[in-house]
Amino acid sequence: MEKVAMNGDQVIALAWKQIDPDVVAAYPITPQTIIVEAFSEYVADGLVNTEYVCAESEHSAMSMCIGASASGARTATATASAGLAFMWEMLYIASGMRLPIVMAVANRALSGPINIHCDHSDAMGARDSGWIQIFGENVQEAYDNSIMAFRIAEHMDLRLPTMTCLDGFIVTHSLERFEPLPDEVVKKFVGPFKYKRSLLDVKNPTTFGPFDWTDFYFEHKYQQVDAMRHVIPVMEQVQDDFAKVSGRRYNIIEPYRLDDADYAVVAMGSTAGTLKDIVDELRAEGKKVGSIKLRLFRPFPAQELAKILQGLKGVAILDRAVSIGASGPLFPEVRSALYDAKDRPKLKNYIYGLGGRDIKPEELKHVYKQLIYNEGELVNFLGVRA
Amino acid sequence: MSTVTSLKVLSEREDRYVEGHRLCAGCAEPIIARQILMATEKPVVVSNATGCFEVSSSIYPFTSWNVPWIHSAFENAAATISGVEAAYLSLKRQGKITEDIRFITFGGDGATYDIGFQAISGAIERGHRFMYVCLNNEAYMNTGIQRSGATSRGAQTTTCPAGTCIPGKREFPKDLTKIIIAHDLPYAAQASPHNYKDMIEKSAKGFEANGPAFLNVISPCPRGWRHDSAKTIEIAKLAVETCVWPLYEFERGEWRLTGESLRIAEGSRQKLPVSDWLKSQGRFGHLTKEKWKFVADEIQANVDSKWQELLRLCKH
Ligand SMILES: Cc1ncc(C[n+]2csc(CCOP(=O)(O)OP(=O)(O)O)c2C)c(N)n1
Ligand code: SF4
Ligand SMILES: [Mg+2]
Repeated sequence: MEKVAMNGDQVIALAWKQIDPDVVAAYPITPQTIIVEAFSEYVADGLVNTEYVCAESEHSAMSMCIGASASGARTATATASAGLAFMWEMLYIASGMRLPIVMAVANRALSGPINIHCDHSDAMGARDSGWIQIFGENVQEAYDNSIMAFRIAEHMDLRLPTMTCLDGFIVTHSLERFEPLPDEVVKKFVGPFKYKRSLLDVKNPTTFGPFDWTDFYFEHKYQQVDAMRHVIPVMEQVQDDFAKVSGRRYNIIEPYRLDDADYAVVAMGSTAGTLKDIVDELRAEGKKVGSIKLRLFRPFPAQELAKILQGLKGVAILDRAVSIGASGPLFPEVRSALYDAKDRPKLKNYIYGLGGRDIKPEELKHVYKQLIYNEGELVNFLGVRA
Repeated sequence: MSTVTSLKVLSEREDRYVEGHRLCAGCAEPIIARQILMATEKPVVVSNATGCFEVSSSIYPFTSWNVPWIHSAFENAAATISGVEAAYLSLKRQGKITEDIRFITFGGDGATYDIGFQAISGAIERGHRFMYVCLNNEAYMNTGIQRSGATSRGAQTTTCPAGTCIPGKREFPKDLTKIIIAHDLPYAAQASPHNYKDMIEKSAKGFEANGPAFLNVISPCPRGWRHDSAKTIEIAKLAVETCVWPLYEFERGEWRLTGESLRIAEGSRQKLPVSDWLKSQGRFGHLTKEKWKFVADEIQANVDSKWQELLRLCKH
């Protein structure tokens, strides 16, 4: 299809319009707001069958999504930052009830101090909640992930809620040329919503959300763990199918110019795009460097990543979040993934961009330089006045 | 309009909440729920807030629920049912559902007056078609009898004990029914399980209100109120006879007293002193001490002034 210019939020609303979920319940928060505003317009113009509920809070928005999804409705929502934090309790309940809710997260810093700009603290705070977490780089990916997410979440082997993350402002508010798919292609790709049991099946009443004692809770949690193990093959299949209808090929981990590289930098979100430019520049100078875009954070593709990273001399892990008192959250996962690898690269952690602080090309070059000359600490901070 | 249904007819209706639950002997909650669920013959879907009623009815892999039921958290039962109703509207519009379903939410006073208040207010403002029932036992019983916004002045709970300096809860309860009525919803009422006819009639109106409805039901708790488990219904009745818990309804802008409260207002029945109510429960036991007599007097004065206000609203 012809390319059009839209921002990251608008394309998510467009994807929803094409998918036509049965229920959307949401609450506005910068930088997610454009999604709910744009979708409201589709609703107001009668272009969807969706029952769109303007919740009085994010906690209630997620609670409504839970009620709707349990009722056999395809359900979507979107939030950011404080909104995601406010949903925290309900995130665990959504996944514990195995409800395939799809949520866009416009990544934004957490208060305090209050700040509306990009970092990944919000999504990282939800990493243990049993949701699949996919990170996108740009507007095209925000759109494509929004479509693929329904197929992944709703897969009968998974039935796991799925979060598609996009960088606040950097992607949500940037106008980019992107290629939408025709409505029929999206509809056919996503298919009808299926469920095993519905709360609205009054002839076969089901009790949803019962009380577990010590005799069952652990088993139910283990079933979630087990379902997560099936995510990678399902996601790979969905990405293959998506490539067939769109011509766009996605992978869980996307290496860039890594074949003969000695050094690489790992990032999630929009910075993974900037890195490719830096790699090109450094390659032009003859440096053997590459980069890695990590699209899937939960489940964490530890083995897949270790396979790609082993044999490199040095790898820097960029974290757009910090676990205060430890390191960035991505770093220990990568480090642990490599523990059993044959040729372990030297690893360094760079925490950057908190509260929307710009990451500059020189800073990324500095990271490669430190890797090459083995400089810097184990955990480093980029672009902060100490 | 609802019609009064005889006990015989009710007893023939399918039981929607069945035996095997683990609520205490004498707990009013299951009595109330069973009666209310009998008030409609339409299929119902239930949402439930965390609390005694929820934990005791759904211990996995058992359930006392014969109808579709969902619990997700403590503070969000009204939001959860909002999502269920939204799904219903969407699927019905698409022809994927044909039944005419009624939606009902049960929450304790903690879930209703305190932590879940925002979700209820939001759901009523949005106009979801559901009936919210507050099982009001005037404290957080499930966690061991802690004070709530519904706890009476002078009552002792585990977080407002009767000490040597402080005689139980210092504050009067918030008047939640009136706060809900301020939302100008189609139907709201106060009820008591001792007058099942009144409660079922109100429930039937709530189910058919064609918008949000709210029922606040006094729910004696032998554990927390410290009374004999055989006295539950008697004590519920006393709440009404002393005007501590007047029976009334608000229907499309009109306030109306019902049951014993109406008869008290009309003078055909005596209004009992609040001391009868206080004497009936151990949670008020300390108020008989001379030192705390003024608290009992204040409670009586408060009941009287609220009763006068209600008489005015109901045009008596
Ligand atoms: C967010 C949250 N806070 C606290 C609790 C603990 N909790 C569970 S039930 C309950 C009290 C319930 O009181 P009420 O709503 O009056 O119901 P009752 O048990 O008295 O019928 C509390 C405090 C919880 N489950 N969730
Ligand atoms: S503690 Fe009170 S409310 Fe809870 S089950 Fe027992 S009697 Fe009922
Ligand atoms: Mg209570």
